[in-house]
Amino acid sequence: MPRSASLRTSLAFVAIGLACLASADLAITTLHPWRELGRFTWGLVTPSFQEGGTLGLALGKTVAFALLGVAAGSVTGMGLALIYHRRLVRVSAAFVRAVHELFWALLFLQFLGLNAITGLLAIALPYAGIFAKVYAEILEEGDRSAEPALPAGTGKISRFFFARIPEVWSHIRTYTVYRVECGLRTSAVLGFVGLPTLGFYLDSAFLQGDYSRVGALLLLFYVLIALIRVWLRPWLVPLYLALAPLLLGGSLQVSMGNVTRFFTQDIVPLGLRDGFSWEALGSWAGDLLTQQALPGVVSTVVLTQIALVATGALALAAFPLICRHFVGRPEKVVTHIALVVGRSTPEYILAYIFLQLWGPSMLPAIVALALHNGAIIAHLIGRYADALQLGPDTPRNPLVRYGYEVVPRVYNQFLAFLFYRWEIIMRESAILGILGIHTLGFYIDSAIQNLRMDHMVALLLITAFLNLGIDAASRIIRAHLRLRTTPTYEP
Amino acid sequence: MTALRLQGATARYNDTAVLKEVSLTIPAGQRVALVGRSGAGKTTLLRLLHEQYRETGALIPQDLGLVPTLSVFHNVYMGRLHVHPTWYNMINLVRPLEREVAEVRPWLERLGLGDKLFAPVGELSGGQRQRTAVARALIQGSELVLGDEPVSAVDLPQAHNILGAINDRTRTVVLAMHDVELALSYTDRVIGLQDGTVVVDRTTGSLSAQELAELY
Repeated sequence: MPRSASLRTSLAFVAIGLACLASADLAITTLHPWRELGRFTWGLVTPSFQEGGTLGLALGKTVAFALLGVAAGSVTGMGLALIYHRRLVRVSAAFVRAVHELFWALLFLQFLGLNAITGLLAIALPYAGIFAKVYAEILEEGDRSAEPALPAGTGKISRFFFARIPEVWSHIRTYTVYRVECGLRTSAVLGFVGLPTLGFYLDSAFLQGDYSRVGALLLLFYVLIALIRVWLRPWLVPLYLALAPLLLGGSLQVSMGNVTRFFTQDIVPLGLRDGFSWEALGSWAGDLLTQQALPGVVSTVVLTQIALVATGALALAAFPLICRHFVGRPEKVVTHIALVVGRSTPEYILAYIFLQLWGPSMLPAIVALALHNGAIIAHLIGRYADALQLGPDTPRNPLVRYGYEVVPRVYNQFLAFLFYRWEIIMRESAILGILGIHTLGFYIDSAIQNLRMDHMVALLLITAFLNLGIDAASRIIRAHLRLRTTPTYEP
Repeated sequence: MTALRLQGATARYNDTAVLKEVSLTIPAGQRVALVGRSGAGKTTLLRLLHEQYRETGALIPQDLGLVPTLSVFHNVYMGRLHVHPTWYNMINLVRPLEREVAEVRPWLERLGLGDKLFAPVGELSGGQRQRTAVARALIQGSELVLGDEPVSAVDLPQAHNILGAINDRTRTVVLAMHDVELALSYTDRVIGLQDGTVVVDRTTGSLSAQELAELY
């Protein structure tokens, strides 16, 4: 029987995922995992809003870092979008995107210290790379017919803001709002490395076993994200941006001595600090590669491939639950809320929670990645399937309808979204190492604990290149299968 | 400006010559109608003239080149972008200044669009859009207006109104036109194009509508 290329590719990925699963450590090591899960769930439904001031401050700071970081990234990204045709700009933007925001934060922490600049840069830098790419694509697709009709002698800036921006403004605004939502999640997670955002307060509430406080923080965060279109109005943005710096707190002081030492001494490979020799470099690189980089890369890839398949399976199983061809309105609302919670909770926080409940192994990471990414893809595919018109002769049995009518029609779109998220899952797999799973983040974190900045920077570069490699592979597969996602519609 | 000159102008589009060795001189102050079937080369000829005389010429493109998400005011104001500093243009983009509204309004009133000043262009009818594009060209105050079918989407009274406004404002005019009667009554010279070459080039007085109609 001849099989389609999409099916063959899917089966190959499932086979790889299963092989990886066989080699992965999936043990639950906590003594009473179900009791912990029960206590945690109880905390979620009995949130404690005591010390409301602190809760408010945690949210306020999370919003402040997100808005300022995204704004800086957006303005820089727009500037870069105008010169995105230059190779150097494209490559640099791809590189800053390939390193996770938390890794950027860890890097800046080492020489800027624990201050607001570290947090802002950790958001602004990778976001600038993302904005540059997407804004360039949006501008590329925009209608340029108004430009030739402008009078000669019109300045470049006037030309750009009158003839090009208004045409694509709604796309730019939609995408930027979407990125603010992502920025809120990023900002929240930055708290786990010590910045004064939501993650910091979640971490301390968890350590104290105060699950009701965890519940309160998470619920407030969901409300904040669910209502983003209510409070994020264009005319309010300047006001927010003016007020945000007051909320950041902490010092803005940077010790130039630390910066200089970091770049001239700390990141120089240890054996080479007293003088260069090829032999020393070789042994440094050999140790680094065999003892840290290689095991880190292997675990990262293993986790990524399992999580990718689990994400796909979850998305395919969940999308009918929000699709009008399968469920009625009341059920749809319930699953819709579940999916919103799934995609609003950053993977890192999900993984952190499951790790607290089950102990360190790949299992919490897989579940976290699959829940978050699966919820996003299920949401997108559910909406896509809603738009399908099924004929009057469609099978009455929902399972038959699912298998014969709906899935075949949404499958290519599903694969497009899934492969789009492959690289994102990889970024997250690497970062989850900070929580104790032996992916690249684990080795990066250990290098920091051991004050080995040379190792840290080298591992960060390896992580970035691994990510660029996955990105390239994903693009090749999507081109081969002729899968398309519109550039402005990043899931 | 002394005169418009094209010397042996040739243009190709996908290996097909759309303009073959066209040479023209249009003295300042002359009003010229370009006539001919679609595909005869009118648009290309106008584009070449516009490229060569960018500094002095205002263009009304066939696709109008309007920004649908901006208001009529903003689209017309675009004809004044070159006379104001950038910061002043930015203020007008965010919030139209009284002075500039007063500058734009008479042109819209003349073209019968006075009540659409702040309507988004995307919500206008085809004829209203065309008049917006004409207003943007006229407000530039250029010595030369190059119009590609500037009255193709309006009714006859509006066509007279538009052509009258163009002639009042500008000395030198080159318009691609379909309507023979209008061409004869608003221009001094008619240039007929066929398959990229000039086949007719005469003063309006020496032509009859019947002779011209043969070009179509």
